[in-house]
Amino acid sequence: MGIRINAVGPACTIQDCGRHGYMDYGFQVSGAMDEKSLAIANSLVGNSQDMAGIEITIGGLSATFTSDAVIAITGADIKPELNKMPIPMYRAIYVKKDDVLECKFAKVGCRSYLAFNQGLALKKIMGSLSTNIKCKIGGYLGRPLKANDLLFFNSTTPNIKNIDKHSINLSISFKNPVNIRVILGPQDDYFTESGINTFFTSTYQLTKDSDRMGIKLDGPVVESKNGVDIISDGMPLGGVQIPSSGMPIIMMSDRQTTGGYAKIATVISTDVQKLAQLRPNDSIRFENICLEKAHKIYLNEKKYLMKVSKLWKQ
Amino acid sequence: MGGIINRIIHNRYNLKSAAGGRILKAGDLSIVVEFGNEISEALNDKVGKLYNAIKKNRPIGISETVPSFRSLLVYYDPLLITFNKLIEVLNRLIEHSNDNIISTNKRVLNIPVFYGGAFGEDMPFVSNHTGLSQEEIVELHTSREYLIYMLGFLPGFAYLGGMDERLITPRLKNPRVSIPQGSVGIGGEQTGIYPISSPGGWQLIGRSPIKPYDPARLEPFLFKAGEYIKFYSVSESEYRDIENDVSYNMFVCKEEVHCGHSN
Repeated sequence: MGIRINAVGPACTIQDCGRHGYMDYGFQVSGAMDEKSLAIANSLVGNSQDMAGIEITIGGLSATFTSDAVIAITGADIKPELNKMPIPMYRAIYVKKDDVLECKFAKVGCRSYLAFNQGLALKKIMGSLSTNIKCKIGGYLGRPLKANDLLFFNSTTPNIKNIDKHSINLSISFKNPVNIRVILGPQDDYFTESGINTFFTSTYQLTKDSDRMGIKLDGPVVESKNGVDIISDGMPLGGVQIPSSGMPIIMMSDRQTTGGYAKIATVISTDVQKLAQLRPNDSIRFENICLEKAHKIYLNEKKYLMKVSKLWKQ
Repeated sequence: MGGIINRIIHNRYNLKSAAGGRILKAGDLSIVVEFGNEISEALNDKVGKLYNAIKKNRPIGISETVPSFRSLLVYYDPLLITFNKLIEVLNRLIEHSNDNIISTNKRVLNIPVFYGGAFGEDMPFVSNHTGLSQEEIVELHTSREYLIYMLGFLPGFAYLGGMDERLITPRLKNPRVSIPQGSVGIGGEQTGIYPISSPGGWQLIGRSPIKPYDPARLEPFLFKAGEYIKFYSVSESEYRDIENDVSYNMFVCKEEVHCGHSN
């Protein structure tokens, strides 16, 4: 048994850390937009950090449990309630059969993650449970969750004992404009000095066209030397492409594997998770950092997640 | 400002290898190995050789790659391999892959197509535009081995090179909302096959019963970058037979492997 969805926002999908190994065939990676929050949710419920959970966009989820479970919710604060009683974010919670989980809409942040100790009993497609809506595969029937969907757990009882200490003092909070660190390139040489200057000194606002594929920005035009068309090449995670409009688009989890616009810079992986928590009208500024610094940040991030994974080992 | 420009200058590393090329930074977890800035079989061959060398040797720290017309995007894990070590490994692989004869084997996959009729509804338009009869179009379209420069846009969508110039036909003015899986079309100088149903603006000249992409198969993709495709014409009843075999995962495309140097 598992969980029945009663009501849900528009973009709520099952995600793990992505469908890797097929990018050379033109296949999108997908996976949690904010992998860090999913990893922490998994650790809280005693799972390995790469297990699949539910990615909830802006909140609004309501669900009934059809068996006991241990759950945790991380990411954007959606003021979850269990049987109308508030429960904390970032804490493992024991829920009983017939309990009703209700989440409000997030006021700050964009994505929350719901993890289950028993995992979701779904079939991996090409090595992953991540939902790929374009190809209609993965997750639950290859589509976003909707009311009356019934998800099964791998076992009817949670496989974890003492969860009292399974909590962590974290929250998603930020001040606009959010500082987003990038490394210049691969095609920064397509842009004028003034274009690069504009890119690094301006504030850009997220538009409502932003989604799991890309974050579309609005702000001053980034000037190119002789146009932005390139011979299509590989699209890195966090690649900031500048289409002919001059408005940056940051490529996220559901991005195409290749693209034909010049990429002025690439957002470092740690800050891709930050971007995942921004919503339309939030704003960002780009900061140029060197690769050495970026690798230190990556190392610290991995060390932190490693530490979290060991906090409650039983 | 000076700082930014300074870093731009230091942003590129020239690869020390016979294959030429340069390294472009692409964030903290990937880099681009770029061999040039044009679409040519010679450049694409260099991409293919490095791509295959990485696939074969599986160097520690390189997780996956994305080959494209003239460059290879390489994803790596800086916890497992330093940037300098990565460059060293790539240089060595490029040098090694160049004197590896086996990597120049040419695999040609034969793809059945039912041309015209309800499956090739733009055949009359292509015929009008090119001044060729349907028979001549089929003859020209099936006469060549097309190089798969890269896969992208859709899962398993092959960017093919080398279509006969007499077949060049502009794309539709208004793209279709949904083009069925397996459709074979012409878009400007390119030809190709739609691996899944998708919106698109190509002129449809036929349809293939085979599935370039099928997540239920052990090998979800039929072909990869650097290989070749050759189309052949089948009748409607042959199309139905193959379609039936494909639905039971019983159909295997004929393929030819030419050994030795491709040029």
